[in-house]
Amino acid sequence: MRGWEREKKTTMNRTLTAIAALLGLSVAPALAQNYPTKSVTMIVPFAAGGPTDIIARIVNEHMSRVLGQQIVVENVAGAGGTTGITRAAGATPDGYTIMMGHMGTHGAAPALYPNLRYNPATDFAPVGLAAGTPILIVARKNLPPKDLKEFITWAKAQGEKANHAYAGVASVSHITGVLLNSVLGIKPTMIPYTGTGPALNDMISGQVDYMTDQIVNVVAQIQGGNIKAYAIALPERSPALPDVPTTKELGLDYQVSAWNAIFAPKGTPPEAVNKLADALDKALDDQKTKDRLLELGGVVPDKAGRTPAALQKLVETELARWTPVLKGAAGNDKK
Amino acid sequence: MDLVTNLTHGFGVALSLQNLGLCFVGCMVGTLIGVLPGVGPVATIAMLLPITFGLPPVGALIMLAGIYYGAQYGGSTTAILVNIPGEATSVVTTLDGHQMAKQGRAGIALGVAAIGSFFAGCVATVFIAALAQPLTKLAQLFGPAEYFSLMVMGLVFSTVLARGSIFKAILMVLLGLLLATVGTDLETGQERMTLGIQQLSDGIDFAPLAMGIFGFSEIVKNLENPEARDVVRNKIGRLLPGWEDIKQCVMPVLRGTFIGGLLGILPGSGAVLGPFASYAVEKKVAKDPSRFGKGAIEGVAGPESANNAGAQTSFIPLLTLGIPPNAVMALMVGAMTIHGIIPGPQVMTKNPDLFWGMIASMWIGNLMLVIINLPMVGMWVKLLKVPYRMMFPAIGIFCCIGIYSINNSSEDVLFTAFFGFVGYVLLKFGFEPAPMLLGFVLGKLMEEKLRQALILSRGSFSTFIERPVSLGLLIMAVLILLLALMPSFSKQREEVFTE
Repeated sequence: MRGWEREKKTTMNRTLTAIAALLGLSVAPALAQNYPTKSVTMIVPFAAGGPTDIIARIVNEHMSRVLGQQIVVENVAGAGGTTGITRAAGATPDGYTIMMGHMGTHGAAPALYPNLRYNPATDFAPVGLAAGTPILIVARKNLPPKDLKEFITWAKAQGEKANHAYAGVASVSHITGVLLNSVLGIKPTMIPYTGTGPALNDMISGQVDYMTDQIVNVVAQIQGGNIKAYAIALPERSPALPDVPTTKELGLDYQVSAWNAIFAPKGTPPEAVNKLADALDKALDDQKTKDRLLELGGVVPDKAGRTPAALQKLVETELARWTPVLKGAAGNDKK
Repeated sequence: MDLVTNLTHGFGVALSLQNLGLCFVGCMVGTLIGVLPGVGPVATIAMLLPITFGLPPVGALIMLAGIYYGAQYGGSTTAILVNIPGEATSVVTTLDGHQMAKQGRAGIALGVAAIGSFFAGCVATVFIAALAQPLTKLAQLFGPAEYFSLMVMGLVFSTVLARGSIFKAILMVLLGLLLATVGTDLETGQERMTLGIQQLSDGIDFAPLAMGIFGFSEIVKNLENPEARDVVRNKIGRLLPGWEDIKQCVMPVLRGTFIGGLLGILPGSGAVLGPFASYAVEKKVAKDPSRFGKGAIEGVAGPESANNAGAQTSFIPLLTLGIPPNAVMALMVGAMTIHGIIPGPQVMTKNPDLFWGMIASMWIGNLMLVIINLPMVGMWVKLLKVPYRMMFPAIGIFCCIGIYSINNSSEDVLFTAFFGFVGYVLLKFGFEPAPMLLGFVLGKLMEEKLRQALILSRGSFSTFIERPVSLGLLIMAVLILLLALMPSFSKQREEVFTE
């Protein structure tokens, strides 16, 4: 389908929704009170098996129990997650289509995709933050620097000679890697991969020097001694890797975690959003769900951090944070 | 001996009633989705992930693994019967397998595929158990430059795949390479040749392309010429391969197993190259290469063994390193993670039940697949007797469902229809789809690796000849090309062409 056709269709959908909203004012609240009466589709904008997908499935299991209806994951991958979110944003806002957005789709995407068809701050009804996964700075095991301090000196001295791997435009490793380089004021040679797997493979065999990525992707390789970790970008050490110092301890202004959060399309009845937010809150209080998330090295938000209002604020802060950093990064030279 | 103790332990785990049952379910589901064109293991495993929540991790992974190699097994059935490759790895099987079916030897082709796969699966399982660790190191020798050279070698195979004009085959490879460049640029994020169609921003998917160019165009061709189809219907012949057939297949199966197993270890599209390489080798060593493409049994036995051996050995990077070499393995990583096992180098020591249990279950699974598949050969062959006017709507519908289920995208179904039309036109002009698919499959990886290698070498092309493994592969590519262009060979080729 060509772009303009799609836009025309969306406009038409919006008009229809508006008319329906006008006519159905008295009916809608009654329907929303019984919500949910059928299964809910959650669009996960990444392939099944990735960190966001795993977090979605873990959280959904308990949320489904609270709601009394199954939440079914639909993976719609593509274009750094924006394909799935674009589709979800255009879905009927009845609470039966929701999505798992993340720092890329709802924070960095507008800076990386100038033709983005949604606005993360205004086109959604935020439900709540699900879980974050901390970011680690990792390097091939025989890279000379022994700790973060030495690494910073090394990276600055190497300049373009350093090889920085990342898992493709708009991936978490790309966004957080660009941030690290901008914090350190370095310009290494960036080597693109099609995913974390191939990038790690080349790091283990010593082809590339360093990268940043989510703990769940790299923890086993660090524990197995295939690669080494310089720091974790969290305020406190992770129980999964107690020996890895935090960037805060080391005095580096680099605090970042890949957050994942549930959104509904704009116009979803507040009753439905509240029920979803409540189910999410209960899921994150559930010990089994919590344990599973912690096993992944995930960070579970506190009570105050889970509310729709807190998520809206997070999106706005993240948009403000990434836009200047990612200007000029790969992907941004699109017309 | 360590290996024996470990394997005994593994069999102890895999032979528990529950795991045996899960292995059977996995193999059964895998065979079914392999047979249904379009429904691939990726979509199926993704759909089944939530179900495995309630299972113990070892059982869940045994089942998911069963789906994967079961699908590789079943995929050859459609390739042989209706000329539709379910997976990139069964493209080669269509060449001679479907020809055999047309000659009334479908049962033999299916039987040989099953037996070859079983043998390859058994050998590959022992391979994994004994050599997984050292083989991982072999894969580590491959950096971007080596991969690029490997892909170059792979492209040379395409000249051997051609049944007709070598010139047309090369054109088709180039077309495949060109199609592979559609999508978002790896480095800049710029969209290339997407015509503003959002679905194309991540490139063309293999399934719609293969399904359209092979499946749909085949249907149109058959509808145009109903008598040709009746020939297939009326000539059924014997069901299972006879002693002569098996004798003919021994060497191809051995060679295919070796080639496929070795290439399967390599992350990326290594496993895809296996069947192509095996076919190329069989055609080279055959006394009469002109039989290939016209129903040569070696052309089924070799690639099918390579395909299954590769499917097994592609577990090596996952089990020993925790790095998924392809989309299915990435899902397995997800499945392990959901169960609280983060795959990595320690899986072997930390979760010996999982590691050795899975390896043992692969052998059991292979045995089950033969038991499931051999009796079904008769049923599949009978399917050919169904009048085509009833067959083709069913094939078409299954293709559409399968394509839709991959990305839940109706646009993909439209793409398939489009490629079906293109495929029909190409067929009419005597262009063959197999070399194009090879170019397409290799193209994506080739471009990626070329750019990575050149960025790492800071733009110096000499990186490809300075690195010994890469140089060796390039030399082999040149040798194969020279052999292909040798006068005697091209003479035979022309004979085939003018026939």
